[in-house]
Amino acid sequence: MNLDELYQEVILDHYKRPRGVGLREPYEGESHQVNPTCGDEITLRVHVEGGTVADVSYENVGCSISKASASVLYELVKGASVEDSLERLGEFTELMNSKGQGEGDEETLEDAVAFAGVSKYPMRVKCALLGWMAFKDALVRAEAAVPTPGGGAEQ
Amino acid sequence: MEAASKLDVESIRADFPILRRKIGDKPLAYLDSAATSQKPAQVTDAMRRFTDHSNANISRSVHTLASEATEAYEGARAKVADFIGAISHDEVVFTKNSTESINLVAYAFQNAVAERGADPRFVLGPGDEVVVTEMEHHANLVPWQQLCLRTGATLRWIGITDTGRLDLEHLDEVINERTKVVSFVHVANLLGTVNPTSQIVARAKEVGALVGLDSSQAVPHLPVDVTELGVDFIAFTGHKMLGPTGIGVLWAKAELLDAMPPFLTGGSMIETVTMERTTFAKAPAKFEAGTPPVAEAVGLAAAVDYLAALGMDNVRAHEKELAAYMLERLETVDGLTVIGPRVPIGRGATVSFELDGVHPHDVGQVLDSEGVAVRVGHHCAKPTCVRFGVTATTRASGYVYTTTEEIDRLVSALEQVRKVFA
Repeated sequence: MNLDELYQEVILDHYKRPRGVGLREPYEGESHQVNPTCGDEITLRVHVEGGTVADVSYENVGCSISKASASVLYELVKGASVEDSLERLGEFTELMNSKGQGEGDEETLEDAVAFAGVSKYPMRVKCALLGWMAFKDALVRAEAAVPTPGGGAEQ
Repeated sequence: MEAASKLDVESIRADFPILRRKIGDKPLAYLDSAATSQKPAQVTDAMRRFTDHSNANISRSVHTLASEATEAYEGARAKVADFIGAISHDEVVFTKNSTESINLVAYAFQNAVAERGADPRFVLGPGDEVVVTEMEHHANLVPWQQLCLRTGATLRWIGITDTGRLDLEHLDEVINERTKVVSFVHVANLLGTVNPTSQIVARAKEVGALVGLDSSQAVPHLPVDVTELGVDFIAFTGHKMLGPTGIGVLWAKAELLDAMPPFLTGGSMIETVTMERTTFAKAPAKFEAGTPPVAEAVGLAAAVDYLAALGMDNVRAHEKELAAYMLERLETVDGLTVIGPRVPIGRGATVSFELDGVHPHDVGQVLDSEGVAVRVGHHCAKPTCVRFGVTATTRASGYVYTTTEEIDRLVSALEQVRKVFA
């Protein structure tokens, strides 16, 4: 197998210098996700303001793939509209489920296309998706707590 | 370069076709036998022969195949019983795996609570205590924990010292007059520790508690004699001892099996059945509801034959050397910390470690690219991980077919890991 394909420079860079790490206030939704096979964990918060993902903050323990993925996620969705961020989530999930066939659109996924190689390794796909699962869950919680332009009732 | 060994490792390796496999363009170095061992051709051949020649359900029909199948199945029971020094063949219950074996015992306690006239040794309630250790595989922790939650009994445990041994200093306090059962790990799957059993068994007997062992990592690797151990039950599994998956063993004293309420009920475990009630068969049938893993029992018997021919003393001696070599070589890797005993005394050839700044998942991935198969993760022993302040470890484990050359390949692959994540 080709290790460089999995451990792309971009991934190692995000792993060594994670962007946006640390839990911050304010936030409307928080999610805690665990990968039971290896014990990787992430706690991720989403702050939504006027239909925009104003901040994503997180603390995690895990392997290079799961940590780099959270860092890339932060860069991609911070400042994006909720709608766009959900689109990125869909694209990234599709890329991860592509079994090595997908390449990803660099225009929209940016650094996240570096994870294309990960999709060949079924044991590592979960690692790459852990932060994104937390983001999806935290966003649902945030939407439930705060009215958004697209609808959603305040609780 | 092969260290002087009691085993002819090269000729052993010839019996394991999988060891000739390549991972990418690298030969496989299989260092994950603590998770599951590989199977020699003798085991798969025996299973195929049985399936192709004698397959039938057991203890039911009178035709030739049924009789051959029954004989093969009961023959396997006898072989396993002799292998572990059981007094009677009927003390061996075949299960699915160690987890089921331990649940079978834990549920005997739980079922006894609801059963009128149950043996008082199994009736558990508030004020009673169950003792395990902090170094259990989840298989010997969760069933007891759940039993305590359901019955109101208290779960207690023996701690671990910094060097990965059981902390027996407070043994007399942890195991006391309130203790009803002590179930502890014989050889720890994450730490590799071979636990001394006599002191714990003696203390359990002193307070009148039942005492058993999770011997999943012991029976495959060292001579185990249940009579000598003086325990009431042990659990182990086929696939870690060169046998197939899908078959495990519970050994318990005949008198205890008689007193225990059944776990799973249904076909094959009955004496007579009416619409209102059922009387049960005698052990071991009482605990083997449904069609058992017959071909797997045949495979396990072949595995027992294989190990017996090698001699368990020789297996143990070989693994002692492997453990010493592994520890010595691993300690030369920069930033590597062994989790568990660092001396090859009272430990097996299963070594967990941490590599500074690199997550075990990443370690395992790079090792795989070099053809080296190890286990990464929490090894179903999360409390042990917490005790040593890690979320996961990398674990290399050897067996009868493991060579020192494979350990060398592990060590040089670890240098490769350091390069990638420098």
